[in-house]
Amino acid sequence: MLKYLLEKEFKQLMRNPFMPKLIMFFPLMAMLLFPWAATMTIKNVNIAIVDNSHSTVSQQLTEKIISTGYFKPASFPNSYDKALESVTYGKADVILEIPSDFEENLTKTGVSSIMISANSVDGTKGSLASSYLVSIVSDFATSIQESRSATIQSSMIDIKPYFKFNPGMDYKVFMIPALIVMLLTIICGFLPSLNIVSEKEVGTIEQINVTPISKLMFIAGKLIPYWIIGIIVISIAFAVAYFVYGLAPAGDILSVYLLSFIYILVVSDIGLIISNYSSTMQQAMFVMFFFILILILMSGLFTPVGSMPDWAQWIARFNPLKYFIIIMRSIYLKGSRLSDLLPEIYALLGFFAVFTTWAIASYRKRT
Amino acid sequence: MVSVSVENIKKSYNKTRALRGVSFEVSQGELFGIIGADGAGKSTIFRILTTLILPDSGRAAVEGYDVVSEYVKIREIVGYMPGRFSLYQDLSVEENLKFFATLFNTSVNENYDMIKDIYSYLKPFKSRKAGALSGGMKQKLALCCALIHRPKVLFLDEPTTGVDPVSRKDFWAMLKRLKEEGIAILVSTPYMDEAALCDRIALIDGGMFLRTDTPENIVKNFRREIISVSSSDMHSLLKDLRTIDQAQNCYSFGETHHVIFSEGVNYCDLSQIADYLSQRGHNDIEIKRIEPTIEDCYMLLEGGRHLNKYDK
Repeated sequence: MLKYLLEKEFKQLMRNPFMPKLIMFFPLMAMLLFPWAATMTIKNVNIAIVDNSHSTVSQQLTEKIISTGYFKPASFPNSYDKALESVTYGKADVILEIPSDFEENLTKTGVSSIMISANSVDGTKGSLASSYLVSIVSDFATSIQESRSATIQSSMIDIKPYFKFNPGMDYKVFMIPALIVMLLTIICGFLPSLNIVSEKEVGTIEQINVTPISKLMFIAGKLIPYWIIGIIVISIAFAVAYFVYGLAPAGDILSVYLLSFIYILVVSDIGLIISNYSSTMQQAMFVMFFFILILILMSGLFTPVGSMPDWAQWIARFNPLKYFIIIMRSIYLKGSRLSDLLPEIYALLGFFAVFTTWAIASYRKRT
Repeated sequence: MVSVSVENIKKSYNKTRALRGVSFEVSQGELFGIIGADGAGKSTIFRILTTLILPDSGRAAVEGYDVVSEYVKIREIVGYMPGRFSLYQDLSVEENLKFFATLFNTSVNENYDMIKDIYSYLKPFKSRKAGALSGGMKQKLALCCALIHRPKVLFLDEPTTGVDPVSRKDFWAMLKRLKEEGIAILVSTPYMDEAALCDRIALIDGGMFLRTDTPENIVKNFRREIISVSSSDMHSLLKDLRTIDQAQNCYSFGETHHVIFSEGVNYCDLSQIADYLSQRGHNDIEIKRIEPTIEDCYMLLEGGRHLNKYDK
């Protein structure tokens, strides 16, 4: 019986002129575009440099800043107020003000101060840009110090961070596993959420409900097709990650697949539950959209769960996406084995048990 | 043998009272028609008997199984054709049939004799998608799918609505043959001319059965004076007919108007009516004394309730 249910679902899917294309192209396009957009490396920050010193040293500093490639000189206003104006008009993101006694102080006492102001309307950009600038300036300061007193050994502590598991701190490496999770959530969440409710809209559910078919069989017949679609989707995503970004899982690919199998079922269950409670496709679509938004924003995909307020962390605890992102990042970047991820695996299995039961129970053959 | 028994079933949707206490029985091998206007409660009866919805009160049983507690058993023995075409439009004729056979744990071959006559019409289109069939073909396919598991009771909710007259005729001929197999058939229809083809009918209006009897008896119990009238100005004729004292119901019926007289009027004087109408400026007046049809009975029993509704 299940075989025929599946046969029917696949026939319907393949005869739909749009679905097979969606399943192939959506992961492909998403994997090719999103990693570039979802980067946290800041480039081309517009900087306004107010050079009151007009000295050789200040010139050197300016050149050094621009030569890094992170900053683009937007303007060289002659006062701080003018610089602020260019920030107001959106022409500059950061202001660097060099005081008029910059060189004098530096040569006399070896100490001078400068001012960095960043536009924080875009918080991430502002804070990252100012911290870049600070590190460039301090780098510059060290080099001056060294040239001035070559005899005196610098006793400063030089901190060189080493980013373990992602040495270049390449955001693409960090984001790709999480993006694969997002992709799976969207495709394997939305499609089932529209499935049962579309049978309700067309009226075919009426004909199904008078047959002796069991709830379990019906839900299984709905769940398994998305499972297979999910496997196709992640396979495409893994291939793009490897061939385009050269990113292969540090751990075992089989364990990635194995855990994806469970995760796909969990999100498809959520979709089916919503579909069961909805009476129109429009309603199902919006409810699913709402939940997927919450799942993604509270998953640690963009912002670490640890820095959320306590109540938000509590909500994240009930977010299957959070666990699967941890799993994917760990296996992909750290090379974790299944035994290292037991708490997350148990959590996923728990979600699977609860949501599948719920999906079966919420499908009502009579009202 | 009683196949379907319904006792004082009531059902409301929020504040709308769809069924206000309906009772009837259908025997095996009987073709039972539920006749009524749209919104009279026909579909609700079918949905309760096919275990899709629960009644608020009352009892109903299909082949001895209670619709509330033994619904699992009922689903194995009933065939249901909903009012709206509910097969998969994107599957072919053959695939739909095979799919529903499988859901009932049987196969097309096993019960082919059951649908052979009907399927012979469909065979030339067996690989066509159900959505691309004509109305009459869709209806035949739906009947095949409802019969494929050899049901003991068949529920057909407005099977001929939106179907051409030839297909409708074919369809009723098929039902006659199925009846001979001993299947109890419940069919609802808004077409009064189909009522005469049933063994027994129930006239339903406003969630209540007005009368349940054989079509012949219903006509026989009409016992009223009824005439058909036509003139050159049909529109004002209807208004003028309603001014006649003893005319209880006046309504248009095809190309003429029918007038049912109040109780006690035994044999009215046709020439007197003709005079009255010509005084009011009507020409080419034709008045005939006629035999009542089921539709006339329905009009009398529902008391012009829905006619008045439209006149307002």
